[in-house]
Amino acid sequence: MKSIVIGVIGADVHAVGNKIIEFTLTNAGYNVVNIGVLSSQEDFINAAIETDAKLILVSSLYGHGEIDCRGMRDKCIEAGIGDVLLYVGGNIVVGKQDFNEVRERFLAMGFNRVYPPGTSIDLALKDIKEDLGD
Amino acid sequence: MAKYLLIDFGSTFTKLSAVDTAVDDVIATASSFTTVETDISEGYQAALRKLEAKLGGKIVFDRITACSSAAGGLKMAAIGLVEELTVEAAKRVCLGAGAKVDLVFSHHLTKRETALVSSEKIDIVLLAGGADGGNTECVLHNAKKLGEAGIKSPIVYAGNKDVQDEIQDIFTQYGLDGYICDNVMPKVNVLNIKSARDTIRQIFLKKIIAAKGIKKIESEIDAIILPTPEAVLQAAELLSKGYLDEPGLGDIVVVDIGGATTDMYSICKQANRSDVILHGLEEPFAKRTVEGDLGMRYSAPGIVKSLSKEEIEFINREKGIDIEKEVDHRYHNVWTLPDNEHDEFVDQLLAEMCAYRAMHRHVGKIEEVFTPLGTMYNQTGKDLTEVKYVIGTGGVVIRSVHADAILSRTKKMIQNTNELRPLDPEFLIDELYIMAAMGLLAKEDPLTALKIMKKHLKSI
Repeated sequence: MKSIVIGVIGADVHAVGNKIIEFTLTNAGYNVVNIGVLSSQEDFINAAIETDAKLILVSSLYGHGEIDCRGMRDKCIEAGIGDVLLYVGGNIVVGKQDFNEVRERFLAMGFNRVYPPGTSIDLALKDIKEDLGD
Repeated sequence: MAKYLLIDFGSTFTKLSAVDTAVDDVIATASSFTTVETDISEGYQAALRKLEAKLGGKIVFDRITACSSAAGGLKMAAIGLVEELTVEAAKRVCLGAGAKVDLVFSHHLTKRETALVSSEKIDIVLLAGGADGGNTECVLHNAKKLGEAGIKSPIVYAGNKDVQDEIQDIFTQYGLDGYICDNVMPKVNVLNIKSARDTIRQIFLKKIIAAKGIKKIESEIDAIILPTPEAVLQAAELLSKGYLDEPGLGDIVVVDIGGATTDMYSICKQANRSDVILHGLEEPFAKRTVEGDLGMRYSAPGIVKSLSKEEIEFINREKGIDIEKEVDHRYHNVWTLPDNEHDEFVDQLLAEMCAYRAMHRHVGKIEEVFTPLGTMYNQTGKDLTEVKYVIGTGGVVIRSVHADAILSRTKKMIQNTNELRPLDPEFLIDELYIMAAMGLLAKEDPLTALKIMKKHLKSI
């Protein structure tokens, strides 16, 4: 069974979407390692190392995602899991910004997939299947 | 009705407690120096003669059991993958089994590290790493490294279960004394102590006590069943939970300040509040931590080492002593007991510092997080705020005329508001020094052990 680490990054306590993601991915047959809300980059990375996860799915609902996610790819490289897939989604920035620009900024930060507000987890699941296989 | 003789082979003293269940009480205690260097039964016989003198003659005991921390106690190495996860889980298992954790390694082992396992005379190695279904590469690498180094000590494997077979093959291939048990961290942040702890306990019984020259005495007594700290942990757990109709004391903390270490035990749930978000590895209900750099004699220099020059000068000025000279003197004269006011004063000060710092390392921390939804609380470690009793044991606490001042250093203070220390505990003293003995008795007759503890832990 393939492992996926999920959680909500930074000083963010939005727990509902996190539970929906856990439910959906578990149903899809993945070993979901949910580290929950208020999680730091290190919490995600440590869990990924111990569980040999190939994907970290970061949620951020409170608009500070860009600050919280900065440097995460570098830390993964430093921790020896540089090739792990990084997904991010939610309300990851504040204000009404052009999402294409937002996506470019997160891709430049080393994220593999970036989802705009209101994305259904089913859409992400398709990508996960494509990236990880069933 | 039964009579029990309970023995605690300590690093310095061999302590005997005789219990008669007809009166539900300790009928006598006695102690003598531990003589593990020559023949451990010499010290035991000397203590037994003192005990018999107190009881007015020979007594036939129905059962004689012992715990031991003699000859350096149980020395272990804890090996895991990530420091905050499987390394921490491995450490907690070792401590919960009553061991001293002398070596801690994370990620890939090196030759330098495996050489230390031999040179530090480690009794048992605990090898963990990877959640179940998770990383396997690291534990396989580490098992091979231990094999290549020809480690003679028993190795307990408690890592990712997926490679138990491959690990067993490595054990066989290199002729290692290996044991396989359940993963100490089957899922991220989930702690699973029991299987590994029971395996460690069995190895301790079968091999370690023999290797330390303690087995010689087994013809005279029935069994050495536990490392001493584990006996104390079991006594504390019984005292907290109660047994059948006899209620326990609820949430408690036990502080044991010895010559070489300061041990801290807390028996309570991890969290009391519903408005906190818990972080990090799950905490055991019965938790033990050991500070090898905090002690009254062998480890006295450690107390000062963690201070800055300014803090040392401040203490010297405030207390009118030369603290560096005092700890050095204690380090070089580990047998001495205070016989004048000055030495008592310094011992009291050092004990207070040990209690303060050991609690600082044991207790959980809380941190305010400002979120768009308001202030939230992030908690790591155990919340001890509602602990009802702090119990003091160990020579310096029991002898002190100001034991309350030592124990009060574990309480909440103004300068460390983020530490979840006990807010308003009562203080109890193990005045007969029987906590370890009661842990042994708990194995035979928990109800009597509980009654005796409740009777002899004196309020101050």
